[in-house]
Amino acid sequence: MNSSLLRLVLVLWIGIHVVPQGSAAGTNTSRTIPGGIHRPVLRGPDDPREIAVPAFGLDALPVTNGDFLEFVRQQPRWRRSQVKRLFADENYLRHWQGDLDIGSTNAQVLGQPVTHVSWFAAKAYAAWRGGRLPTTTEWEYAASAGLRTAMLTNDPAYRRQIVTWYSTPSPASLPPVGLTPANFHGIHDLHGLVWEWTSDFNSALVTGDSRGDTGIDRQLFCGAGAMDGAARDDFPTYLRYGFRSSLKAAYTVHNLGFRVAYNLAPYTP
Amino acid sequence: MKPALCPSKPGTLGVLAAMALAAALPLAAAEGPVTPGEPRGAAAKGVDRTIVGQENAVLSFAPAVPPPIQRTNATKVVVELEVKEVVAKLADGVDYLFWTFGGEVPGKFIRVREGDLVEFHLKNHPTSKVPHNIDLHAVTGPGGGAASSFTAPGHKSQFSFKAMNPGLYVYHCATAPVGMHVANGMYGLILVEPKEGLPPVDREYYVMQGDFYTQGRFGEEGLQAFDQDKAIDERPTYVVFNGSAGSLTGDRALKAKVGERVRIFFGNGGPNLISSFHVIGEIFDQVYTEGGIKPNQQQVQTTLVPAGGSSIVEFKVEVPGTYILVDHSLFRAFNKGAIGMLKVDGPENLIVYSGKEVDAVYLGDAATAGTGDKVGQLQAQVQEAIKTDPKIAGLTKDIQIEKGKRVYMQTCFACHQATGLGLPGVFPPLAKSDYLMADKDRSIRTVVKGLTGPVTVNGKNYNSVMPPVSLSEDQVANVLTYVRNSFGNSGDAVSVDEVRKVKGDVSH
Repeated sequence: MNSSLLRLVLVLWIGIHVVPQGSAAGTNTSRTIPGGIHRPVLRGPDDPREIAVPAFGLDALPVTNGDFLEFVRQQPRWRRSQVKRLFADENYLRHWQGDLDIGSTNAQVLGQPVTHVSWFAAKAYAAWRGGRLPTTTEWEYAASAGLRTAMLTNDPAYRRQIVTWYSTPSPASLPPVGLTPANFHGIHDLHGLVWEWTSDFNSALVTGDSRGDTGIDRQLFCGAGAMDGAARDDFPTYLRYGFRSSLKAAYTVHNLGFRVAYNLAPYTP
Repeated sequence: MKPALCPSKPGTLGVLAAMALAAALPLAAAEGPVTPGEPRGAAAKGVDRTIVGQENAVLSFAPAVPPPIQRTNATKVVVELEVKEVVAKLADGVDYLFWTFGGEVPGKFIRVREGDLVEFHLKNHPTSKVPHNIDLHAVTGPGGGAASSFTAPGHKSQFSFKAMNPGLYVYHCATAPVGMHVANGMYGLILVEPKEGLPPVDREYYVMQGDFYTQGRFGEEGLQAFDQDKAIDERPTYVVFNGSAGSLTGDRALKAKVGERVRIFFGNGGPNLISSFHVIGEIFDQVYTEGGIKPNQQQVQTTLVPAGGSSIVEFKVEVPGTYILVDHSLFRAFNKGAIGMLKVDGPENLIVYSGKEVDAVYLGDAATAGTGDKVGQLQAQVQEAIKTDPKIAGLTKDIQIEKGKRVYMQTCFACHQATGLGLPGVFPPLAKSDYLMADKDRSIRTVVKGLTGPVTVNGKNYNSVMPPVSLSEDQVANVLTYVRNSFGNSGDAVSVDEVRKVKGDVSH
């Protein structure tokens, strides 16, 4: 009896640390992004060229309408009619019909990435799931993988596809998550679906008065041109940094969603 | 990179504290207490006493221009501009996702007066994929306004500036990556009229050039995607006026009447190319080089317009017709779309321009010696020289014999044999023939008319039929010359004239 109890505890312990908590939308699984070096495309002249990124967990898919519905069911203060204006602007969940009504029980609609959510709401959801928002570095690092190679720079065909997405108009209705191919790390939809919140989305833009001190600010507004050659083809990265810089934490946007990241449990034998 | 201390989350407590402080302390130069909802810093801005009243700016889509400003005081002008990402025509059958100020490329024309205070409202349509901002070259201030107008989709920003400098200025989006935003069509013109205004003209037009970079080739149909490699390498697929190939052609051509003064506000959004602006068939009477306020050059054929720059040109149209606007880098005009039209109606003026007056044949080198008559004269002289000079005459006899031999071998040898001996009892010989050599005219007649009946040649009788031989006069002369000088015969030449004479006798 002792051994079976132990076994039960072991299973539960593993379950707590590996399986995301609290989610009724069981379709979203997380993957481990192995640790490595990230070379940021956009950086100020005094910023490091290389950043060491420790391994972390990341949802394979963005959070869906269905996922978020479950969240607001359990957390009433994040419902549309109850959220404080400081934490989400007037367009919070505007595409839903009501507090707990997406407007359809169609699996396609439930499976669309949730948008019109603010940074505060995304953070709360992530915490509810036992995780957090990825940092911009972690997000860009995961997104710098190609389809079959670890480095997007070695996958010109996929890079071209990504660029083409910016030349197509926003669809009237968002497709459901998971339709874009999984990249080398097994993550879908980092490109070509919605923009995504990160925990430090505005760190690229200095908010102080003395804006002349960092090169990034000048680059973002005017001359994001010649940077190290590596950035020559990286228009999507500039577009993403540009987009993030235009946001404030309470903003909600029609094509901005998010996904959850996790700290990995430390290995214990 | 120093991370921000915290995202812009004021916190309820913080707001309350600020409001309490604001109410408690008098603010220098304030016109009243700070109220929530007012633009940030409104109280600290103070008042500009030169500004009288307020009006909403009249904006126009190219090629139209808002009317000249009549007021003589500075005012506050409210400009509302919406950024919209729209799919529209780049060329026949070719679509493109343009990022636009106001819904079209180029963006709306803004017209204000020197000294005006412009309150700029920039709205980014909720369906936009990316954030946008605006840098107006008329603005004195950081980013030309870009720093203060950075707007996410579904949001709007406001900032104001004083239009201190008159001139014609470009405005464009300056969000990273800037080249891509401009390459997608985010540019337009703002005119700050000088205090005294511009001299009056009859027509004003707004034309703006831009280069476009698509993944597909020129003319490839369907929705085309932006090509960043081509943009970086400055290899455009399209170079067009007013956002599409054909925007100013056919029934969308600009119009004017004979005698009118035309002014074109010409902008170049780039992103890369400089323009060599020229109107075929016209000369610019005045050029405000690079969009300054002085018409500093007159009588200009082609003027340079920098990327991110402008020019104002004025000219009076004198003669009706279609005048073609081009970038005089010609392959852009004829192969990439940088071509437009100005159609001018009215009475002709044949002194200024006559149209085609003569349409005649030109012979080139054949006419260098003069007329055909002269050639004939020379040829006759040559013939005379040949005839009178025995040496030359001898040469011509040799030529006749050679040619005659050819004719003989084709026609006569069948009966008279290659040896000229004929066939005994059947065909008489030509070799050493007394009959042949006795009478020249008779021998010509024999060839031309033929011969039947009994003949005696070299003492022998023959009674056969020689049919008339179908040969040209030249050939008759040549073959008889040959026969009279071969097979042991020796005689003179037979000329074409002699043949002709005999033929004339024979015919009756």
